[in-house]
Amino acid sequence: MSVQEITFVIIAVIGGVSAVRMVTSRNVVHAALYLVVTLAMVGAVYLVVAAEFLAWVQVLIYVGAIVVLLLFSLMLTKAPIGRDTLDNQQRGLAALVGMGVLAGLAFLIQDSFGGSKPITLHQATTEQVGVTLFRGFVWPFEVVSVLLLAALVGAVVIARKDDPAGSRRGPDRRAPLRRGSEATRR
Amino acid sequence: MIRLPYLLFFSAVLFSAGVYGVLARRNAVLVLMSIELMLNAVNVNLVAFNAYLRDAALTGQVFALFVITVAAAEVGIGLAIVILIYRNRETINVDEVNLLKW
Repeated sequence: MSVQEITFVIIAVIGGVSAVRMVTSRNVVHAALYLVVTLAMVGAVYLVVAAEFLAWVQVLIYVGAIVVLLLFSLMLTKAPIGRDTLDNQQRGLAALVGMGVLAGLAFLIQDSFGGSKPITLHQATTEQVGVTLFRGFVWPFEVVSVLLLAALVGAVVIARKDDPAGSRRGPDRRAPLRRGSEATRR
Repeated sequence: MIRLPYLLFFSAVLFSAGVYGVLARRNAVLVLMSIELMLNAVNVNLVAFNAYLRDAALTGQVFALFVITVAAAEVGIGLAIVILIYRNRETINVDEVNLLKW
C-alpha cells in the first residue's frame, strides 16, 4: 500500500463512519455536525487525489455555506429530538434497501475495476481548472449563474411572509422592517 | 498511487448512507442533508474517474463544480419550502404533509 492509499483509508473510514452516524443519529444538531465531518473528509479525499481547487470549493460551499443554512433551518423549525420523531416506521426496510444498494455497487465495482492498475496522480492546478471552465464550459457556466440567481429570487419569494394588510399600507419603506421585528418577538 | 476501487467504494458507502437517510428520516431537513450526502458521493466518483482516465482537460472536476453549484441552489429552494411548510402546518415531518395524498 502506498502512502496515499493509507491516508485515503484513514480519511475514508472517518468519513464513512460519520456518514452512517449522520443518518442514524437521534439529535438533529449532532446529525448536522456529523455531516460537517463527512463533507470535510470528502474535501480531504479531493486533496488526496490532487484536486486542490475542488477541495477548497468543497470546504467553502459545503462546510461553510450549506451546513450553516441547514443549521439555521433546523433552528427556525424547532426540530424535535428522539428516534421516533425523526425516523419513520420503515426503518428496517430502508436499511435493507441501503445495504442492497451498497452490496450491488460493491459487487459492480469489484467486477469492473477490481483488477485495474493504480492511478498515477497528477496535480490539477487551479489554472487548469480555470482554463477548462472558461474555454470549454463558458455557456454552462453562464446558465448555472442564471440558475443560481433564479434560485436566490425563488427562495426569497417562497419564504417571504405574505401580509395582505401590509400591501395596503402604501410605499412605506420602514414597514417591512417593523413587521420583521414583530415576527421575531412572536 | 491509489487504486480506483478504493475511491469508488468510499463513494458507494456515502451513497448508500444517503439512500437510507432519505428513506428512513421523517424530518425534511434531515432528508435534504441525506440528499447532499448522495450528491457528494457522485462528486467523489466524478473526481476519481477524472484522475483514472488522466483527462488533461479536467472535465470531471469541472462537472463536479457544476454539481456543487446546482446542489447549493437545490438546498436553498428546499429549505425555503421547508420553512414555508413549517409556517403553514407547524410540522416538517414529510409523512404528515399529505394533503395531496390519495
